[in-house]
Amino acid sequence: MSAPTFPAGASTETQPAAGLPPTLAANPRLARWLGFSADGVVTIHSGKVEYGQGVWTALAQVAAEELGVSLSRVVVAPVITSDSPDEGITSGSRSVEESGASLRQACAQARSLMLGVAAVTLGTTAERLVVEDGQLTGPDGTAVTYWSVLAAHPGLLERDAGEPVPEKAMGSWSVAGRSAARLDLPDKVSGRPRFIHDLRLPGMLYGRIVRPPAPAARLAGLADPCLPPGVILVRDGSFLGVLAGADREAVQSAALVAKAARWEVSETLPDCDDLASFLRNAPAETVVVGEHRDERAAASAATTLAAEFTRPYIAHASMAPSCALARWDSGSLMIWSHSQGPFALRDAIAAGLGLDPAQVVVQHAEGAGAYGHNGADDVALDAALLARAVPGRPVRVLWAREDEMAWAPYGSAMLARLEAGLDAAGTIVSWRQDVWSGGYIGRPGTGGQPRLLALSHIEGGQPIPAALDGPPTGAIGSTRNAVPGYDIPDLLITRHRLLTMPIRTSSQRSLGAFLNVFAIESFMDELAAAAGRDPVDFRLAHLRDPRARRVIEQAAGLADWGARPRSESIGYGIGFARYKGVAGYCAAVAEVEAEYDIRVRRLWLAVDVGRVINPDGVINQVEGGAIQSASWALKERVRFDRTAITSVNWDTYPILRFSEVPQVQVRIVASPERESGAGEVAQGPVAGAIGNAVAAAVGVRVRDLPLTAEQVGRAIEAG
Amino acid sequence: MEEHHLRVNGATHSVTCDPGTPLLDVLRADLQLAGPRFGCGMGLCGACFVIVDGHARSSCDLPVWAAQQSEITTVDGLAATGALHAVQQAFLDSQAAQCGYCTSGMIMSTVALLAENPAPSEQQVRNALEGNLCRCGTHQRIVAAVLAAARRLAAEAAR
Repeated sequence: MSAPTFPAGASTETQPAAGLPPTLAANPRLARWLGFSADGVVTIHSGKVEYGQGVWTALAQVAAEELGVSLSRVVVAPVITSDSPDEGITSGSRSVEESGASLRQACAQARSLMLGVAAVTLGTTAERLVVEDGQLTGPDGTAVTYWSVLAAHPGLLERDAGEPVPEKAMGSWSVAGRSAARLDLPDKVSGRPRFIHDLRLPGMLYGRIVRPPAPAARLAGLADPCLPPGVILVRDGSFLGVLAGADREAVQSAALVAKAARWEVSETLPDCDDLASFLRNAPAETVVVGEHRDERAAASAATTLAAEFTRPYIAHASMAPSCALARWDSGSLMIWSHSQGPFALRDAIAAGLGLDPAQVVVQHAEGAGAYGHNGADDVALDAALLARAVPGRPVRVLWAREDEMAWAPYGSAMLARLEAGLDAAGTIVSWRQDVWSGGYIGRPGTGGQPRLLALSHIEGGQPIPAALDGPPTGAIGSTRNAVPGYDIPDLLITRHRLLTMPIRTSSQRSLGAFLNVFAIESFMDELAAAAGRDPVDFRLAHLRDPRARRVIEQAAGLADWGARPRSESIGYGIGFARYKGVAGYCAAVAEVEAEYDIRVRRLWLAVDVGRVINPDGVINQVEGGAIQSASWALKERVRFDRTAITSVNWDTYPILRFSEVPQVQVRIVASPERESGAGEVAQGPVAGAIGNAVAAAVGVRVRDLPLTAEQVGRAIEAG
Repeated sequence: MEEHHLRVNGATHSVTCDPGTPLLDVLRADLQLAGPRFGCGMGLCGACFVIVDGHARSSCDLPVWAAQQSEITTVDGLAATGALHAVQQAFLDSQAAQCGYCTSGMIMSTVALLAENPAPSEQQVRNALEGNLCRCGTHQRIVAAVLAAARRLAAEAAR
């Protein structure tokens, strides 16, 4: 039988086929998304990175489902900028939605191509082939496999995606939609090398950085640190680093350099105990992010309420300090990084060092959990700067815990002022919300600027520009979820983004939604009380969206809302939001005990995140989001004096511990809608629920986070 | 620089280093064990926990000279026979991790707890893990895994 011939794929110069998922249209070559190796393995290439959220497992399920192979055959390749599809930053709970859609369609097209070849080989039609674990069997029982098809036609996937082909209907899924064990956990429970911190390259040197003692500090002098022989000192302006043959020697040498350095330090930080004044008075850019007006409705207000809510700076506080490796080879630079945006990092490093992006390759390696923009990108530039001193040799840089806490960007402190009108029937007729905050968009490349820490320390370096906040909407930046999801006729939402950045801010899980939802949901309870309504009923009375109503009803049902016996010092509260206004729905009920301190005992959550690929993965993300949100809401606050950050380790930046962690119950509300991500849905609603439960337990509204016994006492005094 | 003799995962190792070198650094750099993780350097987070003479403790703030007379177990040594230890298996079964950076330390605290108290209450589990931080919020799964491991070990012992 002669080999069938196939038309060549469209060249990459032509327009991508219409209707393809966006990241597939931007990276149309099928072979860029998946490959089949001789050993019966399917390797998928996503542009999204794994940092403990389980995205690799979900994407492997998507591919296994669409191809018709068992999950155990699917391997996920780490992102490398020279090869992987560029899918931007892994953030915003968009990975399954974006990369999942592209992989699904790429796999569907690959499957269709391979079935076409197999049908010719087996003398039948593609429709009559049965696919089982990669084996394609014709009606007469003869069979080929994907791997044998590709061995005979190795260039088959070297083509661009064509017109979209039909994908498997959700109703026929057998791998997707079912809980799958995470692919990365066997290594992690065994302690096998898996993290970037475990990577060892031949001839590798160990680098450590000596950071200034304060955000605004300049190196004024450096005495001879008397470093051991062989240790290399790298100095560039106020950037100081050391390189040694062992990490312990680098640590000791960095301590010697720190002792020998003399710094000029300036008082540039705001008053840690009066952030509201700082936020309100700092120079700011004011934009309207949401507006629909109904003056007649607004004029019908019989009662008007106003309140202000604040949150402090919150640290990502990843379990591992950031780490990176770098190696220079005759003008090209190789980086290993746990960045959430390897492509943006490549471009930022190239821009910062005056290189062509083509000279830089970034390969992703797993770090510890990331909850937004931490030190991962910054340490990659640190490694590049040190590696430049030793061309040809790989250099590994690990940040100190204290530097991770003090130098990685924070989620910004925020102030939200809310004002709402209730008509005589107790219906909300108007809503004003003003949000003051540092920007939440400050990753490398934002605004065309590299925004890498060491660039502000090297000779001639400039401070990192104030973080931006994205387009003026309620979906992004500090005003994410600042537009209430309730049906309100007259609405005006305004953002005041700080134009200076004495304390560095950038993306943090859920961006502004954490405070905005805390504020909105707290205020909804205040309005419900003013209207004499039950908080759940009051919310439902302002919601027509059936998906929104369903999660509130389900969370209330799980918690036995209304039927729970009330007792002294125990309170219940509810919180709800649709993340970004357009993504996943989440409602939470909290049970709080306020006797000697504030304890969240239980949380009940219901989520609707559209179609679910890995139910246990979604539950894990929502549980984790809920517990982290509880930690932020109850305990977390970055402290500083007028010159320096003073929250530099776990003793000065406490987080929730086992004895304090609530029991969490999560229910997924089934939905056939598009996937909308689960990683961030819980942050706001849980904070709102806890705030309301605290108010119910202590009888006083606490509007300033964190909700510590001290803040409760202050609210009681003020009340 | 001095020579130190360490008993780790049942074998004796000689390491030449400064006596103040943290045990964690010796385990990772000299013995090339990836299991104990560096988290904070001050014994505050639990990522570097190992079992020293039956007790789970931090290795990042234990100088190597002080560990010489001790029997040290790391997560790397639990599955020496190839099969996962019951605690490791329970963590997998419960999918008790997100990023997994704290997992080694959690497992070591659990192994030490169950050796001393084979049938802990949930409260005792939480107390035993109080020195281990998890930033991803997987505490509830970890508690479930520890209780499942206790049941599994009890069933194995009864066999």
